[in-house]
Amino acid sequence: MSEAAARLDAATGSSELLDLDGLYRQSNVDTALAALEGELVGLIPVKTRVREIAALLLVEKLRRSIGLEADPPPLHMSFTGNPGTGKTTVAMRMAAILHGLGYVRKGHLVAVTRDDLVGEYIGHTAPKTREVIKRAMGGVLFIDEAYYLYRPENERDYGQESIEILLQAMENHRDDLVVIFAGYANRMQTFFGSNPGLASRVAHHIDFPDYTDDELFAIAERLAAGMQYELSASARAALHEYIALRRAQPNFANARSIRNALDRARLRQANRLFAERAAGITREALVTLEGVDLRASRVFQARSVTP
Amino acid sequence: MRLTQGTFSFLPDLSDAQIRAQVDYCLGKGWAVSVEYTTDPHPRNTYWEMYGMPLFDLRDAAGVMDVIDSCRQAYPEAYVKVNAFDASHGWESLRLSFLVNRPANEPGFHLVRSEEKGRNLRYTTMSYAVTGARS
Repeated sequence: MSEAAARLDAATGSSELLDLDGLYRQSNVDTALAALEGELVGLIPVKTRVREIAALLLVEKLRRSIGLEADPPPLHMSFTGNPGTGKTTVAMRMAAILHGLGYVRKGHLVAVTRDDLVGEYIGHTAPKTREVIKRAMGGVLFIDEAYYLYRPENERDYGQESIEILLQAMENHRDDLVVIFAGYANRMQTFFGSNPGLASRVAHHIDFPDYTDDELFAIAERLAAGMQYELSASARAALHEYIALRRAQPNFANARSIRNALDRARLRQANRLFAERAAGITREALVTLEGVDLRASRVFQARSVTP
Repeated sequence: MRLTQGTFSFLPDLSDAQIRAQVDYCLGKGWAVSVEYTTDPHPRNTYWEMYGMPLFDLRDAAGVMDVIDSCRQAYPEAYVKVNAFDASHGWESLRLSFLVNRPANEPGFHLVRSEEKGRNLRYTTMSYAVTGARS
């Protein structure tokens, strides 16, 4: 028997059963995972990865509870994907999961972009970045569009200074801080490629796929239900068409585009009801989005003009 | 002479873990924590030097401990205190203030007598740390 194994045996009695399930239930991770599963449509690869990470952390915690020593697992992550694919939302769930497992003490999410980290003049960047890091301690620091931190075309750019301070904090405050870098996949690759120190400290890379049309429709239904609206049959048909058309147009931002479309439909519905106010309004009319509310969108007009 | 000032002044010096627990309590109450230092510990000296800006919007004590540590390193022979400011309506003042660092050698205070008109005497206390007289 090797020395390490002998130590392990002495520490626990190797055949004794350990209660992983108990630890799981007591850590509240299941509620966070269930929230992730239930509230977010699609994103299967992301959910699988988050589950894997949660399992790793849980097993690590169990190992530590019986005195097995290993370096704390690296937790810094990178989320890559197109806009509106749920990176921020998953980051929030991730913070809750890490908090449930005791890897971060407070479990809050501090979402920042380049503006919050990089200063405007010499000597401004370091205190600014440090302040953000201090705010994020005990929780998760979410850096959206992280590649803007690094601008190779301008060698006097202050972003590099910010990256160095971040690196230092990720190294020295491993117990206090988890950093998540987020952004478009290809630009993140160049970002990590030109900052090898950063890349080597990011343990988990999670890629967020685009939503399919059906998933976007499910998201729209959920959003509408969340805002206490109902979609009429004509609205459903219009929405299906809208999604297919909107995807082909520039600046398509997945779930965010759908949310915006619904918000504008609400606006048109309110206008329509207001115009018809003389006739009196039923409760049903008040909660129902009709096809015309959606079809007034520019997205449909673009089609009628082009062919 | 061991200086007693602020909250917990008659307790032994707080350990780092105890300071962290106190700061966590302050942050939990939503108070803004700041770090200040001085070499003139006169009890009426309310204007200590700020070490950096007050730390707003913090959730965890780790950030404050960071600032305390760097202040101690920069001014090992100064008094360092942690303040917690409550901005809520009706309070708008310090709720907690305690020492987290003191110099190895605390010279204490001496009494200055000055003779005034009509054989009156006026007394004032001065810190040796300021006059540099005794150690």
